[in-house]
Amino acid sequence: MSLLSESLPFHPEVQEFWNALPQGRFLLRACRACGRAHWYPRAICPHCASSDTEWREASGRGTIYTYSIMRRVSEPFAIAYVTLAEGPTIMTNIVESALEEIAIGKAVAFVVGGRKNGEYLPLFKLV
Amino acid sequence: MSINGRAYIVGAFEHPTRKAPDKSLAQLHAEVARGALEDAGLAPRDIDGYFCGGDAPGTGPLSLLDYMNLKVRHADSTNVGGSSYILHVGHAAEAIAAGKCDIALITLAGRPRSTGSGKGNLQRTDNPVQPDFPFEQPFGLATVNIYAMCAARHMYEFGTTSEQLAWVKVAASHHAQHNPGAMLREVVTVADVVGSPVIADPLHRLDCCVISDGGGAVIVARPEIARSLKRPLVRVRGAAEAVKHQNAGDIDLTCSAGSFSGPAAFAEAGVGPADIKYVSLYDSFTITVVIQLEDLGFCPRGKGGAFVADGNLISGQGRLPFNTDGGGLCNNHPFNRGGMTKIIEAVRQLRGEAHPAVQVPNCDLALAHGTGGLLGTRHGSATLIMERE
Ligand SMILES: [Zn+2]
Repeated sequence: MSLLSESLPFHPEVQEFWNALPQGRFLLRACRACGRAHWYPRAICPHCASSDTEWREASGRGTIYTYSIMRRVSEPFAIAYVTLAEGPTIMTNIVESALEEIAIGKAVAFVVGGRKNGEYLPLFKLV
Repeated sequence: MSINGRAYIVGAFEHPTRKAPDKSLAQLHAEVARGALEDAGLAPRDIDGYFCGGDAPGTGPLSLLDYMNLKVRHADSTNVGGSSYILHVGHAAEAIAAGKCDIALITLAGRPRSTGSGKGNLQRTDNPVQPDFPFEQPFGLATVNIYAMCAARHMYEFGTTSEQLAWVKVAASHHAQHNPGAMLREVVTVADVVGSPVIADPLHRLDCCVISDGGGAVIVARPEIARSLKRPLVRVRGAAEAVKHQNAGDIDLTCSAGSFSGPAAFAEAGVGPADIKYVSLYDSFTITVVIQLEDLGFCPRGKGGAFVADGNLISGQGRLPFNTDGGGLCNNHPFNRGGMTKIIEAVRQLRGEAHPAVQVPNCDLALAHGTGGLLGTRHGSATLIMERE
């Protein structure tokens, strides 16, 4: 059991987000009342408290806000915050990229994957 | 209602252990409570208020009150991570000012070293019911890499360097050499810090605090009681708390909730950063100290790196002596929660009971500040300003 599969039964609110990932779709939750997208997805808009929220397919484009490479582990990996073109900044991993090439401000694109086999997570790679 | 002058810290005790494989968690709480009572010259029956954080085993304060057989009329188990105990002093002062209790005990204890838990480079296993859990934990979120991301962004925006961060550890080590109880007593240099292995870029091993068993306790009492005791008088002048989180995705990792709690505590105390003679600052990592210095107004935003450089935090050398016990970086970080030891060393300084080599002359105004939770996701800050009377 992964950390993700262990936690998802507690979060029916965001099931659609996770269901869309294996199809290569990255969904953002946005608000019809105030127009803003937010992160992480919620049924009630955290900007204006409206319940009139909906899933919108994200562009998948973003820039690295910050990152860190975990070194003292068997397989070093990059954790990052990426600012999406739609506005919100989200926690993710930078994958399919040379670790030493990663830098704040660089453009990244959405890919589906996971650090563990069989995990579908919203990840990003350098473009 | 202001709490300025409405409560005093009358007892403080830091557990001497740094590794306690043969003690239970509740036992450590009882030992630090006894130590603080002895320091204050009080008995268990005098305690009528109790405060604890997330380290307390059981439902809030219930199991520990039962274990210590304390009968209280006020209890509060607000948990905002390692800063909880600094926040508790403020809450205790509020309760005392409101007449809800007269003498409040606050305890912290933990055994992460003996149980092998709580290493900063392991995956955090917070509660999977947390709404943020599926959007953070699967990405390998640990304590060290989330603070590392704050450091990386601070460096990007302000030009802060690893060498500047290293000065925080260097200053702590200068103080720890005089503390026989400190886990790391060796004086280190900037070269030692930046030459130590990178754990999570840009943080090195020596940018990280120690992991220790142990704990501490403080006792807060109303003014008449404080004056009836024999210890030097340490008055609570101002206290404030704040929470900062991800703001629905609109994040800024270069500052903390201290940018709200700091000014509020200074306003209540009626003093400013320039008046403070000694600071206890949360030092989970070197970057934590730099960001808090900026948030509290000891230097302008973005200038924290330059402020800490060249020994400016070393007692007897610099403008702002900090963590003269060696702090979490060198002395003690019981249960991965540094708030309690921050209060205790500030009380030592105000009483004139710090080690003579690090005692700040005429230390009449001190500040203790903590950041609990994770600086880079969500955290609670607490600021406490104390005065020797
Ligand atoms: Zn809205």
